[in-house]
Amino acid sequence: MQIKVNGVERSYDGDPKLPLLWYLRDVLGLTGTKYGCGMALCGACTVHQDGKAILSCVTDVSQASGKEITTIEAISKNGLHPVQQKWIEFNVPQCGYCQPGQIMKAISLLKENPKPSDEDIEAGMAGNICRCGTYQRIRAAIKAAAGENA
Amino acid sequence: MSDNILNVSRRGFLQGIVSTGALVLSVRLIPDLLWAAETSAGSHADHAVLHPSVYVGIDTDGTVYLVAHRSEMGTTSRTSVPLILADELDADWKRVKLEQAIGDPRYGDQDTDGSHSVRDGFVVMREAGATARLMLTRAAAQKWGVPVSECESDLHVIVHRASKRKAGYGELASAAAKLPVPKKEELQFKPKSAWRYMGKGAPSYDLAEICAGKAGYGMDARLEGMVYASVEHPPVLGGKVKSYDEKAPLQVKGVKQTIPIKPFTPPHRFQPLGGVAVIADNTWAAFQGRKKLNVAWDNGANAGYNSDQYKKELQETARKPGKVARNIGDVDAVFAQGGKIMEAEYYIPHLAHATMEPPVALADFRDGKVTIWAPTQSPQAVQSTVAEELGIPKENVICHVPLLGGGFGRKSKPDYAAEAAILSKAVGKPVKVVWSREDDIKFGYYHAVAAMYIKAALDEKGKPTAWLQRSVYPPIGSTFALNTTYGDAGELGLGWTDLPFDIPNHRAENGPAENHVRIGWFRSVANIYHAFAAQSFANELAHASGRDSVEYLLELIGPARIVDVKASAPEYDNYGASTKDYPLDTARMRRVVELAAEKSGWGKRTPGKGSGMGIAVHRSFLTYVATVVEVEVDDKGEVKIPSVHTAVDAGIVVNPEATRAQFEGAAVFGTSIVRSGSITAKNGVIEQSNFNDYPVARINEGPYKTTVHIVDSDAPPAGVGEPGVPPFAPAVCNAIFAATGKRIRELPLSSTANA
Ligand code: FES
Ligand code: FES
Repeated sequence: MQIKVNGVERSYDGDPKLPLLWYLRDVLGLTGTKYGCGMALCGACTVHQDGKAILSCVTDVSQASGKEITTIEAISKNGLHPVQQKWIEFNVPQCGYCQPGQIMKAISLLKENPKPSDEDIEAGMAGNICRCGTYQRIRAAIKAAAGENA
Repeated sequence: MSDNILNVSRRGFLQGIVSTGALVLSVRLIPDLLWAAETSAGSHADHAVLHPSVYVGIDTDGTVYLVAHRSEMGTTSRTSVPLILADELDADWKRVKLEQAIGDPRYGDQDTDGSHSVRDGFVVMREAGATARLMLTRAAAQKWGVPVSECESDLHVIVHRASKRKAGYGELASAAAKLPVPKKEELQFKPKSAWRYMGKGAPSYDLAEICAGKAGYGMDARLEGMVYASVEHPPVLGGKVKSYDEKAPLQVKGVKQTIPIKPFTPPHRFQPLGGVAVIADNTWAAFQGRKKLNVAWDNGANAGYNSDQYKKELQETARKPGKVARNIGDVDAVFAQGGKIMEAEYYIPHLAHATMEPPVALADFRDGKVTIWAPTQSPQAVQSTVAEELGIPKENVICHVPLLGGGFGRKSKPDYAAEAAILSKAVGKPVKVVWSREDDIKFGYYHAVAAMYIKAALDEKGKPTAWLQRSVYPPIGSTFALNTTYGDAGELGLGWTDLPFDIPNHRAENGPAENHVRIGWFRSVANIYHAFAAQSFANELAHASGRDSVEYLLELIGPARIVDVKASAPEYDNYGASTKDYPLDTARMRRVVELAAEKSGWGKRTPGKGSGMGIAVHRSFLTYVATVVEVEVDDKGEVKIPSVHTAVDAGIVVNPEATRAQFEGAAVFGTSIVRSGSITAKNGVIEQSNFNDYPVARINEGPYKTTVHIVDSDAPPAGVGEPGVPPFAPAVCNAIFAATGKRIRELPLSSTANA
């Protein structure tokens, strides 16, 4: 099957049921996308499929075939994405392990809803766990990014 | 950090290593881990022209190599500790390259735990920085033929003010290297007014790479030709494999083989749990293969562990006299007089760390040596544990420390790194062991379940004349020695024997409890249940006496004074720090209470219906923290936390922004403890498995806003990673009482006890 990851068309003939997460990490070596639960409970594995956030741990490679997959490594062509810049400005990460997933989710959220309210942010980001507890900075960074989008 | 690759190849001395062996592979496949590229050949700092200490090297181009010898798990230790050295060296932080130390006793204590990285670094790093600075200054003085006293540093250069001459650190490095290393007595430390970085801080060295998804976590370590492993552990602690299906897992595409791992020899310490490993060419295949192992287990003695029953036993024990850990006056005599007596019991279940990155390690065993990449809080414990497991000398275990996706104490125990080493030796290839989330939740080193009992006699004004407190929990010592049932002085010193209340008759006791699961350090450790009980009970007394909670708390703390804890608790160890440098000072405790109250608008705001504010104060890891939490409780009992105000006196704070982040995070961590944290066992098997049945706080559940107020202090630095946790749960529960009149004595809120 064919699968397009970060703009590169690839063919794959392994187990079609392999979750996209492990295809990205173990087969392609794109380790920016993280494993946290494997059960659609934490959001650490968030990537974009045709520009929308999906959970790669519960998406089979075969389901992603024919779609365009983008990971954190390629979310911005040159330099950092404005959302990543806000993440730096607000010093969001602690351990940082959840942050690629948070950032990918936030970018997708802002695309759908450029001016999210607090409730929109909470609803949109509730699937992404941060065990270090960086939520208030995530909220602030998203709001700031929204300000810039406007 | 790819710069480091250039540096490596530029250096002739490393060429030989770069062209052969595992390091090359790591260079090619894990460039982001190259800051862990130090080998037996030494670090960049070692090979720099001027390297008066293992922590620092200065090259002729002016690059300053600083060695981060503590782990980065989100507390910014990897940045903040070298920052102290950079400050004392008067180096330009922009010209500093950090390299992560491998595990090596020459770096001294490398354990990133106990909130003591900055505390230790404040001494060690300043000495190293001042040493290098003095050597550079002397070299400049010699070069110009002027007295040393006329020369001084000024951001990466030495200047001679009188003649306006300047020389850069790079330029002076070779000459400085020829000078003798000064003795400690010769060193002069910068006055606080001259600090460039300490007190101002710096963002994490890895911030941009983390946000770019390019940072190297343990989970991300890769080597050419490596295979993946997942281990089916005995469901009950101490269980053994009776039989399993060797063939069936091979039906899963990508599975290569199965390998049994021997059970541990009790006590378990840091040994692997044993079980059966499935080796595969990707992580998922290894996970799938395990489902076909069909292991028959001999569960052993802990199969009788049932949390419901165990809880009753702990509570029973807590009602009986225990071992006295601290005594002042005679509580029994006061209780015998009768009068107003209050008593209450508290309970907190086991908790799991649930680091976002589960335990994981990559090991490459060859020729009697093993190289390991492990997200560990203790690379030296990796060395000793692996050496013991493989029967090789410690020096033959090279442990690199990539970033940790969270630690919280779990990654102080290197059982998972030992698994990787054992398997790499067995397979003859590099092996990465990946724990699933289920493995992480089911096979942790759990925070101890604890039952507490407190009794007080009150005078007519409601002030205690006697206070008796008992705690019972399976101690951490049970991990290291069989039949350990009492907490040791260190554990009891975590908020129990050092309760600084001004009460003339006071006794702290501890009762025995057997462990049936592995017990381990968990962010702030025994302080969690000790503070929960003491601070909840203090608040119960305030309400029973019709007093304002803040006012009453201040009265309990009593007048400003230094509390000599050892006088009443002879074994008290004050977090391993001297009581001269770090006395228990109630003036500082009072100040954080007053500050948190003031900043939160305590007593000045009238909370609406279903709303309330609660306060708690606690000293842990030598830091004083008071937290005021505001809650809103709806008709269904759902608790929201609109605001938290935390006042912190941690002495000198090196990195204020990172410190604020730690206390914001502690409030979320504390929210998980309050709302939903509960690990329970049935027939010895842990009942929870993932974030569905072991929920942790999400963005809509954590506090909406936590404001951290740092007290300006000249006291020596204390901890910041853990101390935010202990006062949080009692502050929330005290707020819930203020809002609803319902007293929470058992956590979590979701427990049936609170229904
Ligand atoms: S790993 Fe996919 S949601 Fe947790
Ligand atoms: S920053 Fe550590 S889990 Fe989010």
